[in-house]
Amino acid sequence: MKQVAVVSGKGGTGKTSVIASLASLAKDSVLVDGDVDAADLHLLLEPTIVRREEFRSSRTACIDEGACSACGECREVCRFDAISSDLIVDRFACEGCGVCAHVCPEQAIDLEENVSGEWFVSETRVGPLVHARLGIAEENSGKLVAVIRNEAKTLGRERGLGLVLIDGPPGIGCPVISSITGVDLVLVVAEPTLSGIHDMERIVGLAVHFDIPVIACINRYDINLDMTARIDTLCNREGIRLCGRIPFDQRVTEAMIHRQSVVEYCSDGAASAIEEVWDGVLASLGR
Amino acid sequence: MIVAVASGKGGTGKTTVATSLAASSASAVQLLDCDVEEPNVHIFLRPEIRGSECVTIPVPDVEMEKCNLCRECAEICAYHAIAVLGDQVLTFQELCHGCGGCSLVCPTDAIREIPREIGTVEWGTAGGIDFVHGRLRIGEAMSPPLIRAVKKRIERSRLVIIDAPPGTSCPVIESIRGADFVLLVTEPTPFGLNDLVLAVQTVRELQIPFSVVVNRAGLGDEEVYHYCRDQGIPIDLEIPFDRRIAEAYSRGELLVEMMAEWRVAFQTLLRSIEERAIRGRALHHEVSR
Repeated sequence: MKQVAVVSGKGGTGKTSVIASLASLAKDSVLVDGDVDAADLHLLLEPTIVRREEFRSSRTACIDEGACSACGECREVCRFDAISSDLIVDRFACEGCGVCAHVCPEQAIDLEENVSGEWFVSETRVGPLVHARLGIAEENSGKLVAVIRNEAKTLGRERGLGLVLIDGPPGIGCPVISSITGVDLVLVVAEPTLSGIHDMERIVGLAVHFDIPVIACINRYDINLDMTARIDTLCNREGIRLCGRIPFDQRVTEAMIHRQSVVEYCSDGAASAIEEVWDGVLASLGR
Repeated sequence: MIVAVASGKGGTGKTTVATSLAASSASAVQLLDCDVEEPNVHIFLRPEIRGSECVTIPVPDVEMEKCNLCRECAEICAYHAIAVLGDQVLTFQELCHGCGGCSLVCPTDAIREIPREIGTVEWGTAGGIDFVHGRLRIGEAMSPPLIRAVKKRIERSRLVIIDAPPGTSCPVIESIRGADFVLLVTEPTPFGLNDLVLAVQTVRELQIPFSVVVNRAGLGDEEVYHYCRDQGIPIDLEIPFDRRIAEAYSRGELLVEMMAEWRVAFQTLLRSIEERAIRGRALHHEVSR
């Protein structure tokens, strides 16, 4: 079973539209929505949830006012400025390290485990989907991605599926690292804008840092042909296979509104370009 | 006044809105790019960089001659960043949050903290705009300490505009905490709406007053408008879906410089934000209920 992560660095380049189409074309994949704090894949695939699990990982300090002698030692040791001068814990700032509880002479501080999200196994018309919902303002998104990727692998093996397709979050930080570590291939969805190229260089740098093979496609390539040529050059320089140029196509948005993937909604334009991207993915995996 | 520009979904136009607001302000303004994973503001402002600093977090360095293998460090570490294996202490620095727990509990004083670089903060000026951004080192997982370092440079005497990263998790919270107002940028598509709802929940949780900017208006459907109307959320600006705007963006051009009529629209937006921020938190509480 191979694992492919679709990432972009910059947000809004079209990762989710591309991956939903790849899943429609693959027919033997299990999907992972790694964008756990702003998941969108379910909007296209209309999943039926068959399993639901709580995600518990973070802890927050909680001061028992009755036991507290207001000595302020907790506030002094906290590196995250999470305890105010009147000794109230800011739950958004608290990182759950527990140092305050350790130093408290009255043992007035407990660390309470939070339910920091939920994850789901669903059935969709293009195969199983493992997705999640990180609680608002919660942390540990990387850990949640790791949990759902594991579940997807197990599910894929049980059902004899050939591919795990991971929809990565934007950025290059913790949930992105968690989405790409150990995959066989990273597909970068690039955007022909100065920002898009800047961000692409950083996400490619991240994949190289972890020694993961990278291929790329350009979405809305015809918005700026000069920038598309620059991405060509960048790919040549880095030895990245450029496996598709997807034109700007109003039907990508229409497909989204109709809750369909692009290749389900139409067959030419953006859809046929995405089919080329799929061929490129298969070729890079040696399938 | 501190105004943060945020969105659940990426690529909705946060940077366009943040840079246009800053470039339209008549008074002194500071623009902070808190999207330290993928900072883009500098592409549009082309600032003259006047200074920079490395941002580090303190991580443990164990002196094995002093260590008695008591494991207290491993026990207090909530992030599994330090472990005792046989007669060795292993540290996993990329997991360390820099809480200082291990060195605090070590009974033999064997752990000292050494700085580990996670990124850089750079600052400078572009026209009348004071600019600050952070760049996370590639391979680094944790952006919040770097975002805190960017925000340390806030000068409250001016209008401060923060370009936040996408999403709803810790980097976003770190970026918008302490703001007097949040502008949520969305697009009128199912993805835009879904992520706007999440972003609204986030700013309501933080109890910061907010309003919405709809970018690429006309691209998709009407659901974003229905949602805002039903929730009583004001839409303070619409930017139409226009290929010329997309092309100018692709070249790294500022919207308000390319199409001067937008300067007036953003000045109006700024005034409207100021009024809303003044009416402030009280109003927000009302709206949330």
